[in-house]
Amino acid sequence: MSSPMTPRGSLKTLCGWGRYPVQTCHVYCPRSESEIIQLLKSGLLLIARGNGRAYGDSALNREATLQMHHFNRLLGFNPRTGQLIAEAGVLLAEILEIFVPRGWFPLITPGTKFVTVGGMIAADVHGKNHHKEGSFVHSLDWLDLLTSEGQIYRCSPSENQDLFYWTVGGMGLTGVILRAAFRLRPIKTAWIRQTTRIAKHLDEVIDLFEAAQDVTYSVAWIDCLATGSRLGRSVLMLGEHATREELPAKYRQRPLWTPRRRKISIPVDFPNGALNALTVRAFNQLYFLNSQRKAGQSFVDWDTFFYPLDSLLGWNRIYGRRGFVQFQCVLPLSTAREGLLALLHCTSAAGAGSFLAVLKKLGDQQGYFSFPMAGYTLALDFPMSQRTLKVLDQLEEITLQYGGRFYLAKDSHLSPMRLRQSDARVETFVKVRNAQQWTVNFASEQSKRLCL
Amino acid sequence: MRAPVLILGATSDMGRAIAQRFAAEGYPIQLAARQVSRLEPDKADLEIRYGVPVSVHEFDVLAVETHASFIQQLPEQPAIVICVVGCMPDQKACEQELSLALEGMRTNYEGPAVILSLFANVFEQRGFGTLVGISSVAGERGRASNYFYGSAKAGFTAFLSGLRHRLAKSGVQVLTVLPGYVKTRMTEGMKLPSRLTAEPKEVANAIFTAIEKKKNVIYVRPIWRWIMVLIRWIPEPLFKRLSL
Repeated sequence: MSSPMTPRGSLKTLCGWGRYPVQTCHVYCPRSESEIIQLLKSGLLLIARGNGRAYGDSALNREATLQMHHFNRLLGFNPRTGQLIAEAGVLLAEILEIFVPRGWFPLITPGTKFVTVGGMIAADVHGKNHHKEGSFVHSLDWLDLLTSEGQIYRCSPSENQDLFYWTVGGMGLTGVILRAAFRLRPIKTAWIRQTTRIAKHLDEVIDLFEAAQDVTYSVAWIDCLATGSRLGRSVLMLGEHATREELPAKYRQRPLWTPRRRKISIPVDFPNGALNALTVRAFNQLYFLNSQRKAGQSFVDWDTFFYPLDSLLGWNRIYGRRGFVQFQCVLPLSTAREGLLALLHCTSAAGAGSFLAVLKKLGDQQGYFSFPMAGYTLALDFPMSQRTLKVLDQLEEITLQYGGRFYLAKDSHLSPMRLRQSDARVETFVKVRNAQQWTVNFASEQSKRLCL
Repeated sequence: MRAPVLILGATSDMGRAIAQRFAAEGYPIQLAARQVSRLEPDKADLEIRYGVPVSVHEFDVLAVETHASFIQQLPEQPAIVICVVGCMPDQKACEQELSLALEGMRTNYEGPAVILSLFANVFEQRGFGTLVGISSVAGERGRASNYFYGSAKAGFTAFLSGLRHRLAKSGVQVLTVLPGYVKTRMTEGMKLPSRLTAEPKEVANAIFTAIEKKKNVIYVRPIWRWIMVLIRWIPEPLFKRLSL
């Protein structure tokens, strides 16, 4: 077979996980570095795409979207250090399937396992342990980046340092991430010792977060339709990797084994509007009551604890064909209480509550353009509609007012103005992009919308 | 330890999928391709995922004079040889530039037939083994749109059928695989009907099962058997006037 060939592109209709916006894109599926270099040389403006789990338009580009799924090899594993070297298109789900039974777990993991290594770096994802162990960059030893001139740079905290820190959280706008080395942590069991706490209102959940500073994993589900004195009532879940001795006897024999979770596929789109204030309120009420019953300590398998929604394959379809938008912001510690109250007031007043509302304390950040900062992050999602757009506008204004910023991996709505008002780093990022000529080759529909 | 599975054309999408499938079953793997350096990442991947030994070997299907020494230098004789080598040259270009056509015919027929003939002798003598050839439904009837490719695959299919006939009593299995459309680099950018198009993984699964069940000829998606019955059955005077 003659190679290298210029990969043939084809027109495909693509979208992010939120299924809004939908865009017809020229899609290329390169199989080698030289194929990507050829595409770069032909002057295409392109963006790399992993598993398409960014919610909005981060991994779409009409001119050229590079699907990286052929870059799916594991290249090395060091059982002494836990360092795994993997190509950018490897799915986290594959890594877990292979390494959990061998006693290893990712140091940092986002809330879905259906993401690629490249995607985790580009969004510099955070997990339930961010307050303690930081975002993905903290587990990252190095990455190989293919940049505009067709050069490949090994980037790490000590080598090509600037390129490294712009690339983590850089949303694929610095080049194409080819492969990376990152660390897994040794685990004794595949189980999490979970403590569930009920908070009657927002103040209480924040107090609980502050008191749980030393706990490795923490996250709260928040009932965003509760009003009045119950505004911000939440279920806080705290977790630690369980040791073998802690496990119930029935699991102790094979501590790295967990029963297979039942997977449910959502086979069709729900009708638009199936998720409305009524059904969401009912869901939230049930969830809350159920959690109250289960409050206290329990042992939960890793899959259920870290990836609760992944067993509902295609859950994005419950929002109907129009899709949904996710809103995620972080507010600094100093204004978090007030700001969160304002955001929740706005959401519950609009009656537009999402059945997925997540609150989490974040720690400090390293990446030059990464999302997190010390404070509290709130994530909400809404079925797409005209009314939702208005609510988003209000939520964004409130975030600005309290000095917060936005998570680009979730965004499909921000304006260039608002982004700049929220984040002084944007101007620097754009300057560097221009100076380094990254703008010549790398852009997404999101970066075009936000003038990055 | 089991004897290994040798994959000729291991950098292709189908070759990679087949290697994954057999490694997952615990077979040691021998990967062979022209650019041996491109096999290193796959070697690492298979070793980490499945913990099986993997070796890489340089193999040029067109350099038929090297095939005998290729077999000799293998560290261990394989239990199963799977020949995935092939290419689809552009039909229009081939009509004008016959050297292209020739290269295509040699890649799709001559080379695979030579290497499998040599393995057949080794396997016949020791009395066991499996030879797998990936041919094509395009070899079932020549068509204007790809008859250089199709005729070479027709030759290869006939070769495999003859080889199977010869080795029937020696305990050596010969499997002909007719994949139909497959989503690979070769078909990238083509508009293919999804019901007729298999993933490389499906081809790998089909091959694995067919070897276990001692099959002779398989279509990866069963519907292709009936499509090809129809296509072969169309009378020539009518066939001439169809655009296929």
